[in-house]
Amino acid sequence: MSVATATPQATSGKTTYLNHDKSIRSWLLTLDHKRIGLLYLSTIVVVFLAAGILALLVRIELLAPGRTIVDAQTYNQFFSLHGILMVFLVIVPSVPAILGNFIMPLHIGAIDVAFPRLNLASYYIFMVGGVLVVIAMVVGQIDTGWTFYTPYSSRLGAPVIFMTLAVFIAGFSSILTGMNFIVTIHKMRAPGLTWNRLPLFVWSIYATSIVQVLATPVIGITMLLLLLEKTLGIGIFDPAMGGDPILFQHFFWFYSHPAVYIMILPAFGIISELMGVFSRQEVMGYKFVALSSVAIAFLGFLVWGHHMFVSGQSTVSSVVFSLITYLIGIPTGVKVINWVGTMYKGSVSLKTPMLYALSFLFLFTIGGLTGVMLGVLGVDVHLHDTYFVVAHFHYVMMGGTIVALIGGLYYWWPKITGKLYNETLGRIGCLLVFVGFNTTFFTQFVLGSQGMPRRYYDYAEKYADLHALSTYGSWILAVGLFVALYTFIQSLMRGAPAPANPWGGASLEWTHTTSPPSPHNFEEQPIVTHGPYDYHHFYAGDGQSVEAELASRSEA
Amino acid sequence: MSTAKAAHPKLQHHFVSMEQQFDASKFGMWLFLVTEILLFSGMFVAYTVYRVWHPEVFEALSTALDWRLGGVNTLVLLASSFTVALSIHHIQNDNQRAMVINILLTILFAGVFMFIKYLEYSGKFSHGVFPGEAYAPFGDHYGHYADVPYAPQFFSIYFVMTGIHGVHVLIGMGVFAWIAIKGSQGLFSSEYYTPVELTGLYWHLVDIIWIFLFPLLYLI
Repeated sequence: MSVATATPQATSGKTTYLNHDKSIRSWLLTLDHKRIGLLYLSTIVVVFLAAGILALLVRIELLAPGRTIVDAQTYNQFFSLHGILMVFLVIVPSVPAILGNFIMPLHIGAIDVAFPRLNLASYYIFMVGGVLVVIAMVVGQIDTGWTFYTPYSSRLGAPVIFMTLAVFIAGFSSILTGMNFIVTIHKMRAPGLTWNRLPLFVWSIYATSIVQVLATPVIGITMLLLLLEKTLGIGIFDPAMGGDPILFQHFFWFYSHPAVYIMILPAFGIISELMGVFSRQEVMGYKFVALSSVAIAFLGFLVWGHHMFVSGQSTVSSVVFSLITYLIGIPTGVKVINWVGTMYKGSVSLKTPMLYALSFLFLFTIGGLTGVMLGVLGVDVHLHDTYFVVAHFHYVMMGGTIVALIGGLYYWWPKITGKLYNETLGRIGCLLVFVGFNTTFFTQFVLGSQGMPRRYYDYAEKYADLHALSTYGSWILAVGLFVALYTFIQSLMRGAPAPANPWGGASLEWTHTTSPPSPHNFEEQPIVTHGPYDYHHFYAGDGQSVEAELASRSEA
Repeated sequence: MSTAKAAHPKLQHHFVSMEQQFDASKFGMWLFLVTEILLFSGMFVAYTVYRVWHPEVFEALSTALDWRLGGVNTLVLLASSFTVALSIHHIQNDNQRAMVINILLTILFAGVFMFIKYLEYSGKFSHGVFPGEAYAPFGDHYGHYADVPYAPQFFSIYFVMTGIHGVHVLIGMGVFAWIAIKGSQGLFSSEYYTPVELTGLYWHLVDIIWIFLFPLLYLI
């Protein structure tokens, strides 16, 4: 079956995964992991745009006390939808589904993931989840927040049914992707690619997949029980029928806390790659960085109770959960120190992806440290449900995951599209994102520590200045993101062709295939003889030498 | 290994050999079974919580379930697991006919299981024992449960756990039917029997979950 596609095309000179078949059908029914990655990318960008607009509307409403543009009910729906879309349809799937799909098989020298049809099915299951979210939005109002706490959620009308069904179904997509990746990493590695030679991105995808497989079924059954509660009134969570709403919170956070590691672990992987390549130095403490991902994945299962310090669980369990929460700071700190150490005495080049990586380092460290603060029992009782918490998780989710995702997109953009982007525009976008983000969310740390509760429609006059500042920041952030989007679109339209290895990377996607890759990834089975960060094996920054190497190989 | 690659039509292009393909599929199935266990574990946790809170209610109400019917179902499912194991054994020896017969026996046993489940459910429904809010028992055997506090919760848990388990049995029957059809067309052989093996693994898990459900709900 691969013989048919081997015919070289006269116009471009080479057959790539982008041009070997251009029909729409070949895209929608593709089994190619690279194309599936791009399907996810286009879908997630659209959802991100929608959720971002909702966030901007929330911020505009909070520009001044009292009613600004919408009433309280609409405001509640805005922030609920923003949260649900961002968590379940953007951040959870984003990095694994887009870059994990595209890059991971290339990283391990495989032709595809282990189960290509399952991979495509995951995408469409994800789409069904997305459609159900839209239906839920159309048929009524969702104002539960993204957490769906009972009994409030189980007493609401029809939209909750669709929304829980959406989360249930999108969860399957996550489970199947995780299974697929674990099997792929175990069984499909190229000869010579030992576990100690895996790029750190693959390690982080591996740890993420384990969490996806182990945690997501629990949110599945939780949503199913909530659904039955809603339709049949089975009384598992509703105290009026003898049920226990705290049980729902336990179930919910047993998934949703590990889920924050589903969101952040793949971002760690991207940052490790960027730090190595743009410092031209082997990533410091490879084994520590790799295994700290696994350690975080494991510890992440033991801390869900720190979301429930004030929910009425016993003091003893609160103390235990609080202590385990501190422990997570250790593997996370190991990573941050190793990234900084990678830059030390390296030859750091401040290309756009590296600027995003540095932004990540700054923002994530703030997000992570405030997370430890919130893990302190006494402090949390004060800060619980305030803007401090909102600022904390935005620093981790947006400043961490999304910033890393954009950095990763810039980094792999030449490989994905075969085009170079405008470096100046990219840097300007990054700067705006950084400034805008901090203006928006650092003020919220201050607001929260002064006692501003989260999710409130109205607020006291004394918070007005900081709220206004935060809203102005959100506009700068939005402009920055649009500049980034423009950079990508401009590159697609007019970008110069990219060489196979524009950054001088040493992992397989740079050294053993063209930009963009051929439909079957590699012309011949790669044999791995060195680690992913042994840059001295390749000419620094000179992609042409690899291109020539590949050309001479295909001639031979 | 290289000879295997030359031949088998079921070898997908991204695998090197049938062995690699089989290993990958089997590993994927094990991971899927882990997710199934976690799915059910949520319900087992709910069961445990409410049992600890209201032990006397669970004790009183377990007599509402007929342990004889549950016991027969346990034996039926165990027998079906045995026939699945036999079918895999036969296909490994290229005995396609024996494989198909054992698969059909498995479907038969699963059907008996579902039929008994149907008798149990309809017996309860006819006495007003429904899951959740519709719970309003009457008549002999059930009428006196009307006044037991938290009784609806016990039946909710019973119906949800056995119901979701029953859905798994039905899905298994569907997949076995497909395997029986494809098997009788000669799709499977000792070279390629991945679907038989994987569905067998799934079936054993469904069986094991019932082995936990039966004593927890019917006996103790």
